[in-house]
Amino acid sequence: MAYDKFTVLRSTAVPMPIENVDTDQIIPARFLKATERKGFGDNLFRDWRYNNDDTPKADFVLNNPTYKGKILVGGKNFGSGSSREHAAWAIYDYGFRCVVSSFFADIFRGNALNIGILPVQVSPEFLEKIFAAIEADPNTELEVNLPKQAITILATGESESFGINGYKKHNLTNGFDDIDYLLSMKGEIEQFAATRPF
Amino acid sequence: MSTPKTLFDKVWDAHVIRHVEDGPDVLFIDRHFIHEVTSPVAFLGLEGRGAGVLFSGRTFATADHNTPTLNQHLPVADPLSANQLAALERNAKKYNISHWGLGHQKNGIVHVVGPENGITLPGMTIVCGDSHTSTHGAFGAIAFGIGTSEVEMVLATQCIMQPKPKKMRISVNGTVGKGVLPKDVILYIISQISASGATGYFVEYAGDVFRNMTMEGRMTVCNMSIEMGARGGMVAPDQTTLNYLKGRELAPQGEAWDKLVPYFESLKTDEGAEFDVDLTFDAADIEPQITYGTNPGLGTGVTRQIPLAEAVKDGAASYKKSLQYMGFAENDSMLGKPVDFVFLGSCTNGRIEDFRAFASIVKGRKKADNVTAWLVPGSHIVEAQIKEEGILDILSEAGFQLRQPGCSACLAMNEDKIPAGKYAVSTSNRNFEGRQGPGARTLLASPLVAAAAAVTGKVTDPREFI
Repeated sequence: MAYDKFTVLRSTAVPMPIENVDTDQIIPARFLKATERKGFGDNLFRDWRYNNDDTPKADFVLNNPTYKGKILVGGKNFGSGSSREHAAWAIYDYGFRCVVSSFFADIFRGNALNIGILPVQVSPEFLEKIFAAIEADPNTELEVNLPKQAITILATGESESFGINGYKKHNLTNGFDDIDYLLSMKGEIEQFAATRPF
Repeated sequence: MSTPKTLFDKVWDAHVIRHVEDGPDVLFIDRHFIHEVTSPVAFLGLEGRGAGVLFSGRTFATADHNTPTLNQHLPVADPLSANQLAALERNAKKYNISHWGLGHQKNGIVHVVGPENGITLPGMTIVCGDSHTSTHGAFGAIAFGIGTSEVEMVLATQCIMQPKPKKMRISVNGTVGKGVLPKDVILYIISQISASGATGYFVEYAGDVFRNMTMEGRMTVCNMSIEMGARGGMVAPDQTTLNYLKGRELAPQGEAWDKLVPYFESLKTDEGAEFDVDLTFDAADIEPQITYGTNPGLGTGVTRQIPLAEAVKDGAASYKKSLQYMGFAENDSMLGKPVDFVFLGSCTNGRIEDFRAFASIVKGRKKADNVTAWLVPGSHIVEAQIKEEGILDILSEAGFQLRQPGCSACLAMNEDKIPAGKYAVSTSNRNFEGRQGPGARTLLASPLVAAAAAVTGKVTDPREFI
């Protein structure tokens, strides 16, 4: 599915300083019954965001108008648990294009990259600086520069570089996906398949 | 002499079609399992780009996540679930993919039916849009969960693009004590290294304890590799593996099987091969386990107390949030905690051995009145074995009922939801907030600990009954 190309993103950010945010929290299983990819943003963090009677929980960050933006900043081990890509869809559909954490679960990281969300892994120290900057001023902006592989707290000018392999970087900046790449080597795949013992 | 290789290297390297410069490997996938929840959007994507399924014979479909566990002969009541099940059936038919839908005699949880029908073999690469695909690593396969974009990728090209993970070996040596099951071994390991302790790694389980384990036990262990963040875990195939697989319906038969045996036997880590991380544990340190928090790393011995915040690897704020959700406090003893629900089942512990273990404790006893028990076999084949072995009679006499196969209360997509605030001792794999229903509180444990809780109505050391 096509996604928005990612180059430089400058935005305020939503802080969620919680560790081990698992994909069951991002999108609970009972909302996985769709056969199309639409509307998942409505149920992003459903059980942290809403009471049982569907009224918003005032103390949850997404219900606090002070915090908004296209960048979600989470605690260590973000996206652990289930492989459901619906978690990444919900984050994208809600309007986030980048998730920052000191540590990502593998499957979530891959899913995010495959649908055009940039996972930015920073040091635990830099993560604390981001949380502190947002706490000091919720309107503080972050700049995520994919070509330069750098994230900057604009208010203070503090910056850190982040890693991404060249192939994925090229895909994200151009809006390409892996399937385009693999379809172009179909002949090679068919030849390989013929050599498999089972 | 060639460089010594790990089991993981041998299998991975044999599937790399191309290495992308400054990028991932293009990995050929031997077997692909699909189910109703993570596949519909993949098929839509396929149609959107005008691609077909490249090798339909390498993909197998089963319905499990969303299926009811009672009255499966009736139409599925929830229209959304029914719609997903119908979509799976339609897509399978359209692309000529084998489909074991609701009511099919081979239907069951994807990670139970794959191995029990001989679809899973040593040395394969296996993926599925489900993180517990790691289960199949018990056979010496590289097996891991993928997202829906990758499901589409495998359907269209039979490949995925992945950077090669780092390698970790976890050895457990010695002999486990009385009442300690494979579930306790893996819960213990996760409690020692945390829910993110193996993120970025692929694990090989080695040592006496895994060598002496049955295939069912190895599947339980490999299943929960993802719960410490590992993409997957594997055990080198041996005679136990070959004995389990030989003659299974979809495994190669006769001469075809015999020709593969030397290859299967070559799948072991060479002497001197290097791991990025090598951990060793002593089996004697493992007692029956139970979790008290909201990630699988927050577990301890059933006779122990809940640790103080400063003793755990998670940050104090997250840890306290976790205990608050559970209604527990630091230093609480786990023994005697009240239990409202018991769930026996899932791709972790829904196999015949798990029902045998559960029955060994409830035999001649009665279900506690305050406990609601859901006993859900992993497949119809397991269900049939339960009946054939007389286990159903034991369960019935003790006041338990058997339900029909499916993922059930492990992820509570169907009606099997633990009510808010209630405590469930569960043999499944995740104790996340709301995992078994909004507000539900999950205590992960082995089938023996679950059985002890089911007959006493509280957290109990199963060794009292052995």
